[in-house]
Amino acid sequence: MSKTYHLTTPLNDEITSKLHSGDIVYISGTIYTARDAAHKKLVDLLDKGKELPFDIKGAIIYFVGPTPPKPGDPIGSAGPTTSYRMDSYSPRLIAEGLKGMIGKGKRNEDVTDACQKHKAIYFGATGGAGALLGKKIKSAEIIAYEELGPEAVRKLEVVDFPVTVINDTYGEDLYKIGRLQYEVK
Amino acid sequence: MREIAYEEIVKNVRDIIIYSASNLPQDALKAMKEAYKNEKSPVSKEVLKQLLDNADIASSEARPLCQDTGLAVFFIKLGADVRVVGGLLTDAINEGTEKGYIDGYLRASTCHPFTRANNKDTIGYNLPAIIHLDIVEGDKIEIEYAAKGGGSENVSRARVFPPAAGKQGVIDYVRECISDAGPNPCPPLTVGVGIGGTFEKAVISSKHALFRNIGSINEDPEMAELEGVIKKELNKLGIGTMGMGGTETVLAVHIEANPCHIASLPVSVNVQCHSSRHTHITI
Repeated sequence: MSKTYHLTTPLNDEITSKLHSGDIVYISGTIYTARDAAHKKLVDLLDKGKELPFDIKGAIIYFVGPTPPKPGDPIGSAGPTTSYRMDSYSPRLIAEGLKGMIGKGKRNEDVTDACQKHKAIYFGATGGAGALLGKKIKSAEIIAYEELGPEAVRKLEVVDFPVTVINDTYGEDLYKIGRLQYEVK
Repeated sequence: MREIAYEEIVKNVRDIIIYSASNLPQDALKAMKEAYKNEKSPVSKEVLKQLLDNADIASSEARPLCQDTGLAVFFIKLGADVRVVGGLLTDAINEGTEKGYIDGYLRASTCHPFTRANNKDTIGYNLPAIIHLDIVEGDKIEIEYAAKGGGSENVSRARVFPPAAGKQGVIDYVRECISDAGPNPCPPLTVGVGIGGTFEKAVISSKHALFRNIGSINEDPEMAELEGVIKKELNKLGIGTMGMGGTETVLAVHIEANPCHIASLPVSVNVQCHSSRHTHITI
């Protein structure tokens, strides 16, 4: 049965091991944004032995490219983008200590294996709920790659940001479990 | 000859872009409420509820429904008795697009295919718009507009089958496309199917099929029936809202069919996410 948790970042192995596919989680604290172009740059930094623009140990990365904020707002609409485009980069970041990713859609085996091996979680947020999710973000600050525009790396402060556990640390996948239940052969 | 000012087209395009970004059209809203009512999976139902809440927030606070405010896609029918005064029609569409995306605080999502550099400081903010132009009788300009997101576009596909593939070949191809896509294109979906024509005609028809109002009936009874058959097949896949598992994977299947070469059966599947932001105006 699905459980509900309220978690504050950073995460650690003890926390991620409690979570199972299908659990509902409300995340509060600091999370970082990165999409395709930023992931490439982050992995390039690691390849060169340089420091990342934020502490990746226990961190959560949100795959999002928000709309520009209206005057007075910290951020515009900010729902998840499709995650598989980050599949070639995520395992490397997980090995460096990344504990959570928020996106939408399927991940490949390299990512789910890395989640099991290093006790990281892939969370799904509701795609297309950008207005609702944007309101859970209380502040946003660009900390790297400003030239990438919507793809720049942002530090976000979130309160009760709603996500669902898709891939847990035990190799379970909510997309497979859910679909099997309703598939008509 | 009726004269329509360039600036009038710019203003109309700007306005529909800003409006569409925050206001889910009535047909899509109705279909989503229907899906919420019918969905058997509690998880998918909960996510549908979130999406209906999102539509409320977006509309009442004038926030974009989704951060992917899309590429701007237009199907334009230009009356043969219209003369655009003060500039070219396509320039007016592009200028209106840029104004709409800037003034509405929408995302600039166009970039170079390889360097991935954003076009906003070179070609223009979210430019170029994708424009399909037809000349028709009359003295009006009809503009069909949709903001097309990337996630659902990425799972779309096209193939030219041998004629023997027939209707079953089309059904199987669409099922395979939606099954492989799973959660990625943000279901519940509208599925545009272009059948016949040449390769590119099928693709453009599958795109245009997405502009039709959800819930409308295909004028061709044979295609209307096929739409029903495919929709039923797709809803057996069990994908559900955002892939969480469920009974409501597809809101509608829209087919546009064309005569084709005796040697070919082109089929294109263009997928639309639940945030079906499309609109239609006449100037």
